[in-house]
Amino acid sequence: MKYLCLIYDEEAKMANMSEADANAFMGEYFAFTEGIKKSGHYVAGEALKPVNTATTVRMRNGKMSTTDGPFAETKEQLGGFYMIEARDLNDALQIASRIPSARHGSIEVRPVEVFN
Amino acid sequence: MLATLIRLVGDFDLAEEALHEAFAAAVERWPRDGLPANPFAWLVSTGRFKAIDVLRRRVRFDASVAELARQLEASVEPISLDDQPLEDDRLRLIFTCCHPALPPDAQVALTMREVCGLTTEEIAHAYLTAPRTVAQRIVRAKAKIRDAGIPYQVPARDELPRRLDAVLHVVYLVFNEGYSASSGTSLTRHDLSAEAIRLGRLLVELLPEAEAVGLLALMLLQESRRAARTTEDGELVLLSDQDRLLWNRELIAEGVALVERALQSQRFGPYSLQAAIAAIHAEAPTAEATDWPQIVGIYDVLVRADRSPVIELNRAAAVAMRDGPAAGVALIDAILARGELADYQFAHSARGELLRRLGRNEEARAAYERALTLTNQETERRFLEGRMRSLGDLREQSDRVASRRERN
Repeated sequence: MKYLCLIYDEEAKMANMSEADANAFMGEYFAFTEGIKKSGHYVAGEALKPVNTATTVRMRNGKMSTTDGPFAETKEQLGGFYMIEARDLNDALQIASRIPSARHGSIEVRPVEVFN
Repeated sequence: MLATLIRLVGDFDLAEEALHEAFAAAVERWPRDGLPANPFAWLVSTGRFKAIDVLRRRVRFDASVAELARQLEASVEPISLDDQPLEDDRLRLIFTCCHPALPPDAQVALTMREVCGLTTEEIAHAYLTAPRTVAQRIVRAKAKIRDAGIPYQVPARDELPRRLDAVLHVVYLVFNEGYSASSGTSLTRHDLSAEAIRLGRLLVELLPEAEAVGLLALMLLQESRRAARTTEDGELVLLSDQDRLLWNRELIAEGVALVERALQSQRFGPYSLQAAIAAIHAEAPTAEATDWPQIVGIYDVLVRADRSPVIELNRAAAVAMRDGPAAGVALIDAILARGELADYQFAHSARGELLRRLGRNEEARAAYERALTLTNQETERRFLEGRMRSLGDLREQSDRVASRRERN
């Protein structure tokens, strides 16, 4: 089954990290990504630019409206994702628990819908 | 049987539907062809073929099901039904029902429904909630098991301790449902308690953690009092009034030994502590000669570890035995004043009992009346009505005394 792991973390906390800490953290992410590529779990994964770069788009009655900012204001912000291939939810949760941000932020694990 | 079928077909609803059809087939064929050599194996095997039929019928709606049906058909092989794999299936089922990805309420409801076969009504009572709510929880939980890919398996060894707590909670709720059945005319439903104890033993065997041992001890010690809990005509007998010669010494000996084992491990928790309290009761010759100060002391530790209002209520009852009924009433009133246990019948019946002992009959009557509106259990209803009648008699007596005084 495919699962999308949505990575939520406090941007402010990340921005205030010392350079050494930030480098170490990035190093953990590279190592984690390498690990799940080797184990065959990796499908895709990206980091996102901060929410102040987000724009939300809606079409209503044929008219497009755009607003500055994310769809929902939250304490922790969506900062990136992994799409993984896992045997079942236990397998997926085990992988998600190893995403470096799981230690300070939260990982939302969502099974991917399959349409026939 | 359901647990085995769920493992074989990999889907709760499909297994239930298939089992239902297998039973229907048995009703039709067994009287005609005679009872099969192994009825259990017959039902499981028939159930598995029925599951394939069900999937075939669904094929035109969903192409992916066709593949599942083919796989299931290819996997059909003679079923060996030793006791061990059967218990494994039960354990698999209970760990799946108690998966932490499910909301806690749903874990309990699903286990009681799927593993123990309780009705939605019975679960609702154990939960202090509405049957409709329970039904919704079960439907949503099954949907999540299916859609999120929650596996049907016992967790890996390193995950077991974390997953065990939820399982123990569920087992104890099932035991309580059997120990004091929530509706109907029989106070005790031995099969459910026996089921919970069986699950408890199995868990201790699989994972001899202190709390699993403690829970088993607690259940055995409570079970040991079963024969003394009701009179021959089914009336309820309070712990203080029970004939202790009727207590099952074999269960007590086993329970006490398990309590000691749990407490020695130094990793004990609420279940081991409650079992320790039950062991003190079990070893006391009479209610009066019980070591109440020690029981209150254990409750103090329990309230710190697990601040539940029900445990506070039990502590209040122990304090009443140590310090007198007035102290107990004050503690129960404090719990109710916080807005907790307002709909919990035992809070009101315990309060009524203490008020009765204090001779505050009008207040006792009101408390019993409140308890009466909250019970669905026929035996408890009769018990409460009996208590209220005894108050009525007392009131008439005091009225007579008063009127005599007036005449004099």
